[in-house]
Amino acid sequence: MAVADRKTDIGPPDFRQFLPPIIKKNYGKWAYHEILEPGVMVHVGESGDQLYTVRAGTPRLLSTVTIRQFAELADKYCGGHLRWTSRHNVEFLLTDKSKIPALKKELHEIGFPVGGTGNAISSIVHTQGWVHCHSSATDASGVVKAIMDEVYPHFVNMDLPAKLRIAFACCLNMCGAVHCSDIAVLGVHTKAPIIDHENLPKLCEIPTLVASCPTGAIRPATVDGKQSVEVEEAQCMFCGNCYTVCPAMQINNADADGISIWVGGKVSNARHEPMFSKLAIPFIPNNPPRWPEVVEAVVKIVKVYAENARKHERMGEWIERIGWPRFFKMTDIPFTKYHIDDFRHAGETYKRSTQLKH
Amino acid sequence: MSEKLRSTPLLDELEKGPWPSFVKEIKKSAETNTMAEGTLGQLERSYMDKISHWKHGGLVGVMGYGGGVIGRYSDLPEEFPEVAAFHTYRVNQPSGWFYTSDVLRTLCDIWERHGSGLTNMHGSTGDIIFLGSTTEALEPCFADLTANGFDLGGSGSDVRTPSCCVGPARCEWACYDTLDACNDITHSYQDELHRPAFPYKYKFKFAGCPNDCVASVARSDMSIIGTWKDDIQVDQAKVQEYAANGVDIEAEICRLCPTKCIKWDGKSLDIDNAECVKCMHCINVMPKALRPGKERGATILIGAKAPIIGGALLSAVFVPFLEMEPPYEDLKELAEAIWDFWGEYGKNRERVGEFIQRVGLGNFLDEIGLEPVPEMVAHPRSNPYIFFEEELEEDE
Repeated sequence: MAVADRKTDIGPPDFRQFLPPIIKKNYGKWAYHEILEPGVMVHVGESGDQLYTVRAGTPRLLSTVTIRQFAELADKYCGGHLRWTSRHNVEFLLTDKSKIPALKKELHEIGFPVGGTGNAISSIVHTQGWVHCHSSATDASGVVKAIMDEVYPHFVNMDLPAKLRIAFACCLNMCGAVHCSDIAVLGVHTKAPIIDHENLPKLCEIPTLVASCPTGAIRPATVDGKQSVEVEEAQCMFCGNCYTVCPAMQINNADADGISIWVGGKVSNARHEPMFSKLAIPFIPNNPPRWPEVVEAVVKIVKVYAENARKHERMGEWIERIGWPRFFKMTDIPFTKYHIDDFRHAGETYKRSTQLKH
Repeated sequence: MSEKLRSTPLLDELEKGPWPSFVKEIKKSAETNTMAEGTLGQLERSYMDKISHWKHGGLVGVMGYGGGVIGRYSDLPEEFPEVAAFHTYRVNQPSGWFYTSDVLRTLCDIWERHGSGLTNMHGSTGDIIFLGSTTEALEPCFADLTANGFDLGGSGSDVRTPSCCVGPARCEWACYDTLDACNDITHSYQDELHRPAFPYKYKFKFAGCPNDCVASVARSDMSIIGTWKDDIQVDQAKVQEYAANGVDIEAEICRLCPTKCIKWDGKSLDIDNAECVKCMHCINVMPKALRPGKERGATILIGAKAPIIGGALLSAVFVPFLEMEPPYEDLKELAEAIWDFWGEYGKNRERVGEFIQRVGLGNFLDEIGLEPVPEMVAHPRSNPYIFFEEELEEDE
């Protein structure tokens, strides 16, 4: 193609062309909605029009074969209209309520569960992991699949005190920005990078590399007559930022990489302001293909929360009410020195009062 | 052809169980696509070795763009030649992730022609992700995409693909048109999106109400979160209906209100709207009875990010209330003023939130031309180490 013919900077297609007629008609004029059953909602317009949504979980990684199946279902039940949610669920948009059971049946037959609404666990937002990322400390899709298989009843039912959002990121870069989730599962490295002194000068700019370290642990050094760097290992907290800017700083380590679990974050402003997730379990070794220790830990936290939180209380609100000492006691999770922050502003996280439960 | 798929005993374990399996997805594509088959093989190796077998990308992309393609190479190219080069496209999604079956099939046609057939619906930033293309296929695939009305999203130190919640398309709580705002901003900044020229990434996320279904407060340098100024709209008859149907209004609404500004006498709900902080809880519990007010707009917050490098941040209030009408000139002026200042003084790979912490929010506001207001802080400073400026002494 001649350069002159090349189209660039056209931007995304205008979403309006993909909206179903009922949405075009009621755009901005919805009156209210109801959850009719897990995964099925009705939105009612001021016009009285009723739009039915059937939500199904997906693994995020989809073959075009499956996308074509979804397209066929949309043709059959929704006049060809569907959308995805911010948590990788697919949503079919129907105007005929009577078609819902047949659509649900077909989704079930091809293996996609309907649910994820209301006080439930929705799909786990997650990252690429070993499927496609160079800096991942663990796989993403595999851990997510193993967790969802076990918490599945909470996806297809609405039996929790409040919504429970699980998110997964395979390293501290957090492409999934998991740091404000009810339960965050986060891949961690635990050993300093192994430096490839031979190739470092060819691959990396040393000043950029030195500047990339949040703790100043990387210093320029001459190794075997070549310009390179050295790492003050006591100062390294294994964030992997140096590896992101320089491939010669190998941070991945099959024996030392694993998973941490964080709890009590939220992004919604409902009741409590948004908050970060806090550390529950610092490290669980990688154990593919199904990471049973990670799954067990998540299931335990969900169970204790479900049995003890009050109605409408998110994980973080529940923990704030009962206090962290009781959270660790109720979940049988050991509290260690790793739970105490020692980065910037760490002192703000110390308890500075006598308001304790004995 | 399935008998030809290589043996993957570890991954096969992940075909079991009720949740949909990504392994089954890879196998579906692998039936007809050698790159997907290679992916399966290399992933099984990672499960055996407990380590990623992907290498850094290096510079690959389409002509004239600096972003939109993530380069990826196998570190076992001899063993898995099908995925020796396995680059990712970020394809800019339509606002709200709405599709027709026809446009989805068009995207599938393109991706089966040029790549692995594997996708993410969607990536973390919101793009349609095409996983796995050779270097040679990049330009032809891009030509096919643009011929069909699609373009690439952002990557690297540029405006990242903006995303938004479902908004007024299917939500009664949308306090502005998130889909239009997202679409407008994306189209207005195509150059900034495709040609990285910033210190680091810059993300916009558009949430229609304080429930923040796109996690903008956690994940975007510029969080545009819908809100309202006037009174919550109440349908007292419907409140009574909720009460009759088992909602304990006193316990579930009044006592959980963060400012305790709601009273219930068994007949009518009395909201002291001047004290309401627009948290959405009461509206979430009784959507048929309560709705956000009519004087709607958005709170603009800035600076959220994940931990790398200086620690994770939530966005902080920048403009307490902004009307959100097209063409969104006030929002654009703010964004451009930030890019000018941060673009000049920000360090390499320093997000706006970190930059503000370094220069101080007060100084940042001076440069952007905004007045400080108490809504911007959780509380005023408690330490007396104040950098008084010279003009102050002269004025006095």
